[in-house]
Amino acid sequence: MPDDLTRLTITEASALLKQRQVSSVELLQASLERIAATEDRIHAFITLTGHTALEQARRADDMLAKGQGNALTGIPAAVKDVISTKGTRTTCGSKILEPFVPIYDANVITLLDEAGYVMLGKTNMDEFAMGSSGENSAYGPTHNPWALDRVPGGSSAGSAASVAAGQAFYALGSDTGGSIRQPAALSGVVGLKPTYGRVSRYGLVAFASSLDQIGPFTRSVRDAALVFEAIAGHDQRDSTSAEIDVPAIADSLTGDIKGLRVGVPREYFVDGMDPAVREAVEGAIRQLESLGAHIDTEVALPSTGLGVAVYYVIAPSEASSNLARYDGVKYGYSYQDGASMWENMERTRQHGFGEEVKRRIMVGTYALSAGYYDAYYLKAQQIRTLIRREFDAAFQKYDVLVTPVTPTPAFKIGEKTSDPLQMYLNDVCTIPVNIAGLPGISLPCGFATAEDGARLPIGVQILAKPFDEASLFRAAHAYEQSTDWHKQSPPL
Amino acid sequence: MALTPDEVRHIAHLARLGLTDADVAKFAPQLSEILDYFDRLKAVDTAGIPPTAYPLDLHNILRDDVPDPPSDPETILKNAPNREGNLLRVRAILDE
Repeated sequence: MPDDLTRLTITEASALLKQRQVSSVELLQASLERIAATEDRIHAFITLTGHTALEQARRADDMLAKGQGNALTGIPAAVKDVISTKGTRTTCGSKILEPFVPIYDANVITLLDEAGYVMLGKTNMDEFAMGSSGENSAYGPTHNPWALDRVPGGSSAGSAASVAAGQAFYALGSDTGGSIRQPAALSGVVGLKPTYGRVSRYGLVAFASSLDQIGPFTRSVRDAALVFEAIAGHDQRDSTSAEIDVPAIADSLTGDIKGLRVGVPREYFVDGMDPAVREAVEGAIRQLESLGAHIDTEVALPSTGLGVAVYYVIAPSEASSNLARYDGVKYGYSYQDGASMWENMERTRQHGFGEEVKRRIMVGTYALSAGYYDAYYLKAQQIRTLIRREFDAAFQKYDVLVTPVTPTPAFKIGEKTSDPLQMYLNDVCTIPVNIAGLPGISLPCGFATAEDGARLPIGVQILAKPFDEASLFRAAHAYEQSTDWHKQSPPL
Repeated sequence: MALTPDEVRHIAHLARLGLTDADVAKFAPQLSEILDYFDRLKAVDTAGIPPTAYPLDLHNILRDDVPDPPSDPETILKNAPNREGNLLRVRAILDE
């Protein structure tokens, strides 16, 4: 048995479980000890569920003893607090849902539960998944395990940090404009946003319904494929969930990418990009070439620069509608001392929502209001079509596209909070992927050295056409296996 | 485009969002800057381009209407901030 169980991949831990060299209860104890040793510095969790996790681990050990289960059986996981968990508080990082206990499980939780999963707890996040740093949580910021005075990225801040810190073997997050891929890059782990429609959104608390998608954080590409296979598939309770078979990917990964057609869209190498990020991503592209891929750097996606504006019309518009449900009547925080029902509602939302959520509700309400709908919302939806068409044309010529994930490595906590628009521009490389509904993965490709000496992870993003996660994983796995970036762990 | 404090209050009213005067003073320039950033969309020629509401080309998804077991009212109402029996209690919605 290895000395430190908490650095194992799912693949490695699952093999030990199947050989009965380690038990799920032992993996859980290792995770809980790691959480106890690091959580006061990381703050990855809003709610810990160690007690129910022990029951789940014992059940998983029973399943494994009978030869049942799959690669995820008995592996301790963390779940972003935007995914409904029956009987376990689900806050969305918001004060307005502080006392809220869901009455049903999200579909992804039901699927993992059938496989004998072990849930360590619910992870910290930007309120209602609105943010790129984790700083918008009503429960305080999560700290980057590589540099504790820096953000881990967001909005799935705690999920990324918990996997990077060795607390959880994998974690679920959600990605509306980059909320899995961006924190994965800044925290030095693998993060996958599946194709829109691949994973059921049933039980995912809605932010922007035409963009939201659940996906995993892991310590290897193969692990991401394992979780993807477990949570993907049609669910009739989500009418946008696709009736398309999920391929078996993890066991088909060979590391061979000879002849793979790789496009590199130059628009993603934006002005102001950190030179270390540019160097690392270009190094990853050269590495793919040395592995036998055909690289073409003359890809044009000319509407890329419109992505952030399109997104910040569409996502807040959908959010302003989705968040209308938080009125203090049926559940959650409720202001009770007003003179009328309307006053109670307005005060509930005033005290229950944080500043960024208010700002986006205002933007969305404005964009959808009479006289502005055509100029903002309809226009953004039309440009959404243009962005999709450009990707469609690119994927006629290429199997995958390779880009940076973020223009810079992790920034300091508090550094960007005063300027909302500058914070939005962090998502320039991840947003177009949600607009077009594509699958995208972020994986480690190097490190930058900060002025204060901190060693900060850098990610590279690989995109494929809708429902072609197989090509994306093929490229990502081949690259990863030819490097050791993913094997490095933070100095905690 | 600069939003006035009254315009900010009007948007907040539409969204049933209580704001303090300090909130209004903070949001007015921030929202104005964000709306200015959207101006780049106006320059794009979108004549004849259909809007995309969802990335997938899905229409009229139907399924059989099969009842699931109902949720237990007590479990649901445990989340209620203010209840009376099996009802949710709110302030009067009509002026007297």
